[in-house]
Parts: sequence; C-alpha cells; structure tokens
Amino acid sequence: MAIDKFLVEASHIMMFARSVGDENPIYHDEQYANETDQEGIIAPPTFAQSSAQFDPDYFLRPKIGGEGWFGSGKEATGSKPSGDGGGSGGGIAMGLHAEQHFEYHLPVKAGDTLSASTKPGKSWEKESKRAGKLKFSESVTEYRNQNGDLVITATGVGVQTERAVDS
Amino acid sequence: MLKENEINIGDTHTAKLVEDLKRTTIVQYAGASGDYNPIHTDEIFATQVAGYPSVFAHGMLSMGLTGTMLTNYVGDGALTKYGVRFTSQVWPGDTLTSTATITGIRDQDGDRVVDLEVITTNQNEVPVVTGNATARIEA
Repeated sequence: MAIDKFLVEASHIMMFARSVGDENPIYHDEQYANETDQEGIIAPPTFAQSSAQFDPDYFLRPKIGGEGWFGSGKEATGSKPSGDGGGSGGGIAMGLHAEQHFEYHLPVKAGDTLSASTKPGKSWEKESKRAGKLKFSESVTEYRNQNGDLVITATGVGVQTERAVDS
Repeated sequence: MLKENEINIGDTHTAKLVEDLKRTTIVQYAGASGDYNPIHTDEIFATQVAGYPSVFAHGMLSMGLTGTMLTNYVGDGALTKYGVRFTSQVWPGDTLTSTATITGIRDQDGDRVVDLEVITTNQNEVPVVTGNATARIEA
C-alpha cells in the first residue's frame, strides 16, 4: 500500500475523535487548541488508521456502484464464495487484526499532508483451539509529513484464521 | 502532561470507555476510519456468511477507545509509543473498562518518560486489549 496524500483535516479529526468516545476539545475546538502547548488541533493517537480513506484501492471500502462488494445486499454476501476459504468462515472476511503498534516521532496536526508507504514485515504460524491454524503477518507503515519528516511508524499484525473464532 | 514529582511506579488510572456498546457506534467508527469490513457493520454478512454470532467491533475501535483513556491520563501530544494486542473480540452490548499502570519512569532521547501497561476488559473481566505505552512527562 502506498498513499500519496493523506490530508489531515480538522473535520475528519473531529469525526474520528467522536467515534472513539473522545470529547477532548483539542480535537474539535480550534480556539481552545491554539491556546494549548500543541498550538492547534492535533490528531488522536490512532488517527493514522484512517489513512485507509486516502488509499484509492482500499479493499474494505465498497467501490462506487457497489460492484464486487462482499457485504450483504439481495444475498447475504455480494461475492461468490472463493471455494478455498474453508470452515464456516468462508475466506475473504477471515482476516483479523491481531496487534497494532504506533511509534510517534513528531506531532500530527490539522493541516498536515502525510504520505504513507507500507512494507511487509515478519510472518509466522500458530495452532489455536479457538480458530484452527493461524497465519500471522506483519506490515510496517511509515507516515511522513509535508516536510518529508517521519511522523509515525505503524506496525500492524494481521491474522488469517482457519475458521470463525469461537468466543 | 504528568509531573514526575506527582507520580509513582504502580500508580493506576482507570476509566470506563463505553457502556452497552451500540452497533451504531461501530458504524460510526467504520465511517470515520474508512474500514467498512461488513463483519463489523453488516449483521447478515457477519452471521450468515462469516459464521459469527453477531457483528463485532473493529480491533482499532477498542484501541481508539483505550487511547482516549490514555491521552486523558498522560496529556495531549505526550505519547511516544502505543501498542496493543487484540486478545478478545468486542461485541455489541459490551461494557469496557480500561486501566493504565505506571511500570517505569526513565530517560529517553533527552526527555523524562513513563512506561505504562494498558489493559481493557469487558463486563466479564475478560481482557480485550492489552498493551504498552510510553509518554513524555514533566521532570
């Protein structure tokens, strides 16, 4: 994944902060934020995740027209079973998020324009009672600001499960 | 920002993150984050196709809610590191409570920082998110 332009906008920060139950005015009140040490609206710590909005090919967003989307419409899923998914889970949606790590190098503020590039990290396998064979894979994303400075390093670990996780 | 002379190793900060998590809250996170995986928002897909008992929250929603507790404790722009493991799924109706515990106070790149252990549990005291964070403090 590569994202050329991840515009960090105040209204998006406001919506994101709301969605994670954060009422801190530093995320929505410019006047208040300007008077803090941060001197402006800043991004909450997990905001970089919303870079997905700026990835033109992001596969977990329905394409305009909805074609090929695997969520329900007339049928319970809009995509044909892949056949190799196995178990009750059926392939495509079985990728789960196992871990997420952020390192913060520089502040991210409303008005910044970030770019992001992702490279694969380690991968490994494990057996589990709750979901069968687990395949883990790591990806490392570097976010840089408009000055080319590294602002956030994000490491995600995804897991493909053999079947739906027993709760 | 936390002040070094006001904190000790072992100090904790606890906050209730959400009570009776609503499906709409999950939808709200999908919209803000851009992760529209139907497993989180589409009950028909989640139950009939993916084989889950219902939709469930994005791991990143739990991490984000936990992050709110964390920044309310350590202050704005103070985090240098925040990482978690998603240890159990979060379902509609769950009530989540999160605790940060100070595990260390040390120097890092010319700043004083605290290391924190973070855990978020559901109403059955099952951990859903466990992790660590580091934040700058005032010496």
